[in-house]
Amino acid sequence: MTFRPRLPWRRRPAGTPPGGLRCVELVELVTEYLEGTLAPDARARFEVHIDSCDYCGAYLEQMRMTLDVVGHLQPDDLDPEMERELLDAFKSWKTTGDA
Amino acid sequence: MPSTSAADDQDLVEAARAGDEEAYTVLVRRYSPAMMRLARMYVPTAALAEDVVQETWVAVLRGLERFEGRSSFKTWLFRILVNRAKTRGVREHRSIPFASLGTGGEGSEDGDDGPTVDPSRFAESGAWTSAPARWEDDPELALDSKEARRIVLEAIDTLPERQKVVITMRDVEGLSSDEVRNALDLTETNQRVLLHRARAKVRAALEDWIDA
Repeated sequence: MTFRPRLPWRRRPAGTPPGGLRCVELVELVTEYLEGTLAPDARARFEVHIDSCDYCGAYLEQMRMTLDVVGHLQPDDLDPEMERELLDAFKSWKTTGDA
Repeated sequence: MPSTSAADDQDLVEAARAGDEEAYTVLVRRYSPAMMRLARMYVPTAALAEDVVQETWVAVLRGLERFEGRSSFKTWLFRILVNRAKTRGVREHRSIPFASLGTGGEGSEDGDDGPTVDPSRFAESGAWTSAPARWEDDPELALDSKEARRIVLEAIDTLPERQKVVITMRDVEGLSSDEVRNALDLTETNQRVLLHRARAKVRAALEDWIDA
């Protein structure tokens, strides 16, 4: 019996990736997919692939979870002294017409 | 950054223009932390970044009467900031002319234009050889931890300059792709490629941390 590597996509003969898209190609389209900038045809093929390839599904989910962490980095609070200076500039603009 | 509507900004700008200090304070608090972070990418010290942010607000006050709302306030504000920060960066001999970096190709810089996932993860057929982990099914995984945020911050910090600026504006500060393109004078493709490379590296950093 010859060793055959298990394909990440299910129930597919070797050489015909779902959506006509190979995993190595799909990962480079993830940002376009998430941005909604893929052409309709490419988007459909992307989704066909994702629906039948657990591995790419996992990758896409990892990317979504990564973005969630990035989106939750704490914005620093503004230094109170700087805020005061910025307000002073406003007051001077208000009274003199120039900041 | 809390998500805020452009309409809300517009109201605040109108009020500030009429002299409402409260409205101005809200805008300053809302945007200055993001402005600091962005300025810090162009100038060598935090003190200089503060100068840039202050200069920007002064310029905003001076221009407020002329702000026509053709672009969003946020776009206008960040555009002023980036221009000031660039000028200051040049003056301080830490010049990072944004558009001229990596002119060799879309998003490429420092020879950074290869695949974003380690090629050894794929077989010759182009299929994965080892499965990416199912993070969502791992009960031990603490992506909302301080440690995870530290890993992400470090990863962002080591990105090439343009990727760092784009991912910070898009994914940390929550600006739209149009806002980022306008503030940085990037083409749509350029912006997306930089974002793609940046995100892929941050994901890889988290994966390394999780697998360790």
